[in-house]
Amino acid sequence: MNSENIRAAREKAVRGERLELADALALYQDNDLLFLAECARSMKERKSGKSVFYNVNRHINLTNICTSNCPLCAFQCEEGDERGFVLEAADIAKILEEAQSVENLGEIHIVSALHPHKEFSYYLSVVRQVKAALPKADIKAFTPVEIVHFAQMTGQSVEKILLLLKEAGLSSLPGGGAEILSDRVRQIICPNKATADEWISTIKTAHKLGIRTNATMMYGHIETIAERLQHLFTLRDIQDETHGFQAFVSFPFHPAHTSLGEKYHLQRTGSWEDMKMLALSRLILDNIDHIKAFWIMLTMPLAQLALGFGADDLDGTIGEEKIIHAAGAKTNTGITRSRLRQMILEAGYLPVERDTFYHPVKEGEA
Amino acid sequence: MYCSDKYKDIEKKVLSGERLSKEDGLRLFACTDIAWLGSLADTVRKRKCGDQVYYNVNCHVNLTNICISHCKFCAFGRDKEDRGAYAMSLEAALETVRKAMQDPNLAGLHVVSGLHPDWSFEDYLSRLAALHEAFPSLYLKGFTGVEITHFAKISGLPLKEVLLKLQKAGLQAIAGGGAEILSDRVRRELCPNKATAEEWLEAARTAHSIGLKSNASMLYGHIETMEERVDHLLTLRALQDETGGLQTFICFPFLPHNTELGKTVKQTSIWDDLRTMAVSRLMLDNIRNIKAYWVMLTVPVAQLALGFGANDIDGTIHKERILHDAGAASPTSLSEDAIIRIIREAGRIPVACDCNFNILREIV
Repeated sequence: MNSENIRAAREKAVRGERLELADALALYQDNDLLFLAECARSMKERKSGKSVFYNVNRHINLTNICTSNCPLCAFQCEEGDERGFVLEAADIAKILEEAQSVENLGEIHIVSALHPHKEFSYYLSVVRQVKAALPKADIKAFTPVEIVHFAQMTGQSVEKILLLLKEAGLSSLPGGGAEILSDRVRQIICPNKATADEWISTIKTAHKLGIRTNATMMYGHIETIAERLQHLFTLRDIQDETHGFQAFVSFPFHPAHTSLGEKYHLQRTGSWEDMKMLALSRLILDNIDHIKAFWIMLTMPLAQLALGFGADDLDGTIGEEKIIHAAGAKTNTGITRSRLRQMILEAGYLPVERDTFYHPVKEGEA
Repeated sequence: MYCSDKYKDIEKKVLSGERLSKEDGLRLFACTDIAWLGSLADTVRKRKCGDQVYYNVNCHVNLTNICISHCKFCAFGRDKEDRGAYAMSLEAALETVRKAMQDPNLAGLHVVSGLHPDWSFEDYLSRLAALHEAFPSLYLKGFTGVEITHFAKISGLPLKEVLLKLQKAGLQAIAGGGAEILSDRVRRELCPNKATAEEWLEAARTAHSIGLKSNASMLYGHIETMEERVDHLLTLRALQDETGGLQTFICFPFLPHNTELGKTVKQTSIWDDLRTMAVSRLMLDNIRNIKAYWVMLTVPVAQLALGFGANDIDGTIHKERILHDAGAASPTSLSEDAIIRIIREAGRIPVACDCNFNILREIV
């Protein structure tokens, strides 16, 4: 990468033009963090003005017993393990009862494991149960990895599975499990779950059915920088075709308590790298409306700073996050609405409480 | 760089090397365009210091936590009879350093302590001399303007005499603490029992006059106004114009845990921390080095501060005590490898230095 490439890429970034992989590599190598921040922030303001979104949500992890045994994961365990749990209807009813008391609860986020015996009907009835208890909340549930698992388990098509879930009350998919969409990488970090192609085709099918999703990336493990950046371009290509992604969320890999971390002696990426990836994703994903700073993963201070680096969504107030905390995340498992709003205001932006589809919940906001 | 037109005049001044005014400083503290602000500070950093980032491999020696000042922002100081109160004997101080010497790269000591009610100046001086005698290869930085003022008071010696004795005993640089906010309103409220603003400045001035360099700091995020922050920076800038003896400036966000003041004051945000870092770089146009002190800022914030004007990340430290008593969330020490990794990820060149910013090793 010579200085001419870097100069050209910087010019494109300043003008907000579409970047190519070579540009992204040049900007990555240039490593001018505050320059990237300035460009990303100005793209954010072109897309969402001064608004920064958040929602009031609850996470439910139905089970941590999982057949896929991904080396990247600290959450899953095998059947018979004393840490294992499965939420049954009565447990879920308790969570929902608590959720009913939350003012303006907008979304229930359900992500779980690939349980060896739980049948698809279990998941369908969970969706129905949530919908019945919280008719006003949107249900954002099941990653493409889980959807592929349901299809394999039942012998039904992905399309059929998605239709059944939609009928039961599902509104959108969270988009997790993308990790890095490269089969070389997936062979090492998650060999037993949906392949890159399966993830992509599931997402496209969902978009075709009018089910919107998020797009995600998990970085900072064994992927090369080219693979990491290529992942973003893969997402951009999908979006050009379907326009079904609402937001992009990136997850720095938390190596603690994972076999992948141990085997490859991986260290958590630094805050510099996290902010750099955030700004670069804003610039590369020019066709995705929202970039989420997921505070559970980033920690609250970095999530707030991310608002100056191109992010326009602070995710939700959450309750009882389990997956990332199993990997040693030191963040709280919940935050209050007023605290979130205050963080946004301090960054010079306007807090907008949103629903799943980024509609403002309160009149007069956004 | 692009900024809203609102700040074009400041940007122009900075790029042409013109000095910023008090008014400019106040406007920058109100600026929410953090990327622009950081970028501007980063431009100045690059122009002044290039891509090298200083770090040191040192050991903190806190001789005692027994202290008469009872500053409201402090969680370290104790009364003699309090639980956890300690005062190191000469032998205990030597033992602390002997342990730290297991690190073959250990280059120096940072000696900062409480104002012990029963210790004489000689008690401090003899410990310093013993450390220097036992470990002549280690650089010695220590004693804040507050301690030096205290030594002058308890010994009846003039400041200059105190400093000459310390220098003779092996002291090579003065630590930057104790400046807090150099405003008597703030000091009367928070730390009425120690050096006043003028006394702190006089200690620094006198040190500089005998060729002892010192550091300067600011403790922010408590009861001070933004104007007091800016005035603090301007006071240091004026001192530096006069003496040229300030080597590095360190921003300390107030850590509220376990302090009297923490009952009413909340911890600063990352937004405030990085903005303060950048504004300090921009206002202090005559101080070459700006330190991102990871112990207080936390490692992630300190790393990012390298993009907001900082060119110094302090050191590996062995067993930091003062700030961890105030609930600092950072580890009590970092390995040299970790520091090098942090600096490299930011695209900078790690350089190990001594307490006078002499380069000991460049890590290529």
